[in-house]
Amino acid sequence: MIEIRDLYKYYGATRALGPVSAEIAQGEIVGLLGVNGAGKTTALRILACDLLPSSGSVRVDGIDVVERPEAVRERIGYLPDVPPLYGDMRVGEFLAFAARLRGVASSDVARRVGAVEELTALADRNDDPISTLSHGYQQRVGIAQAIIHEPKLVVLDEPISGLDPVQIVEMRQLVRTLAGKHTVILSSHILSEISETCDRLLVIKDGEIVASGTESELSTKLLEGIRVRVALRSPGSSSAVLSLKAKKALGDVTGVTNVEDTTIAESSDEVAAFIVEAKQDVRPAVAAAAVSAGFELLELGRLEHELESVFLRLARTAPKANENGATS
Amino acid sequence: MSKALLIARREMGAYTRSPLGAVIIAGALLIDGILFYYWGLSQKMLSAEVLSEFFYAASGITMAASIILSMRLVAEERQTHTFTLLNTAPIRDWEIVLGKYLSALGMLTVLTLLTLYMPALIFVNGKVSIGHIAVGYVGLLLIGSATIAIGLFGSALTKSQVVAAIVGAAILVALILLWMVASAVEPPLNEFLAGLAFHHQNFQPFQKGILELKGVAYYVAITYFFLLSATKILEARRWR
Repeated sequence: MIEIRDLYKYYGATRALGPVSAEIAQGEIVGLLGVNGAGKTTALRILACDLLPSSGSVRVDGIDVVERPEAVRERIGYLPDVPPLYGDMRVGEFLAFAARLRGVASSDVARRVGAVEELTALADRNDDPISTLSHGYQQRVGIAQAIIHEPKLVVLDEPISGLDPVQIVEMRQLVRTLAGKHTVILSSHILSEISETCDRLLVIKDGEIVASGTESELSTKLLEGIRVRVALRSPGSSSAVLSLKAKKALGDVTGVTNVEDTTIAESSDEVAAFIVEAKQDVRPAVAAAAVSAGFELLELGRLEHELESVFLRLARTAPKANENGATS
Repeated sequence: MSKALLIARREMGAYTRSPLGAVIIAGALLIDGILFYYWGLSQKMLSAEVLSEFFYAASGITMAASIILSMRLVAEERQTHTFTLLNTAPIRDWEIVLGKYLSALGMLTVLTLLTLYMPALIFVNGKVSIGHIAVGYVGLLLIGSATIAIGLFGSALTKSQVVAAIVGAAILVALILLWMVASAVEPPLNEFLAGLAFHHQNFQPFQKGILELKGVAYYVAITYFFLLSATKILEARRWR
């Protein structure tokens, strides 16, 4: 669907992007992750034909963005970091304008407006002036205009930025509904915001892709394993015995490299918690081992902020993409 | 072309939804009316001279209104980030420029037509021909068209509407003042510069009811040149 080869973008003498090479398959949801100024928006603007690259090639559906930008734009829906909305227009009126602008046939405009309003839960806002909508609703209108012409590729720049927790959940669901039918690329500087939404993450730093993969692959690769917190209860047991028994049971699980004590709010003589380090995801085996050793399993989960530490590690001391096979 | 008309319709809607369009039209009509009263009704002149003075005054107001109408066309969209919508749609840059230009020209046409009652008063109470009135209005629309193109060029250069207006006005004034420069230089350069002057030689025939192809060609050429320049600026901005 998208082939990027040795892409560079310079603003004057400053390199904003490059070298970047990547491929994105049809129907994938890919997250572009990086701190502010990493080059995410530049990359997305080039994909959306809003900006031309300094060198290298970008092909969308086999079409080069420099040679035939109009043909590429027909296949792309783009939501920039600030939604491009005319505040003086009403929602339905604006979406109809966006549809005609993107080449939807006049006879099909009403159907498409109705369909995207349904999808983005905007049907009851059809007659509202855009300037009166909340930020969350304006983001929805932004997405609606991006998919009004049923593009093959949807590019969303920071679609979750500034939304409240409820709106974030709704936006994630909305993005997931686009999967399959559309290829989706979205960016964020907050890993947790997009890790649940995307099939694959591309981590970008100083204009270069420094890592690529699923969140599990990234954490396994970059943290050399995963860390899991386990809370166990053993009624009638003393804390010392509980700790010894549990460490033995958990340590015997294949792949586990270390088991450390930790504390949780419920910690007591009968309840103990541990951090289990392993080379791969051992959660099912840890659960089975704990139960078969006679413990009650109170909690089992990957450490929160684990993925954030992956991202922070990448953002601070990133290896080059070609050193760890990041480009895909 | 249909995309250009689509953009023009949206822009016309923007003028009518905001107070901007009404304020510009009302202000221009007020000044037109005051000047018409001063020249037409309080001095003793032949009716053809009154009509000529009306077109002279109206040309100045048309130029000012055109700069104000056009200063927002691209600059405002860049400021509010809505230009991205046009920039990433499957349309060509010249269609964007043409659509913007047509919207401002549409508003200017409305404004110009609303002044018709003044020449109509002269026609009813004096001795002027329909042809004089028609040619004068052709001149007003041509000078307005060229000024809108200049204003649109200024608007394509910057995000600031104020800067856009200043740039547009500076180009316009420089072109108008070419007749003064022409009077200060030797032949044949003086004739060349006088021919390039925006108002003096090129508008006077329209003012007097004489339709000269030279004047029509001049304003069409200025319009084309600045619309093309605005298009090139939009194209160049994709590299920045």
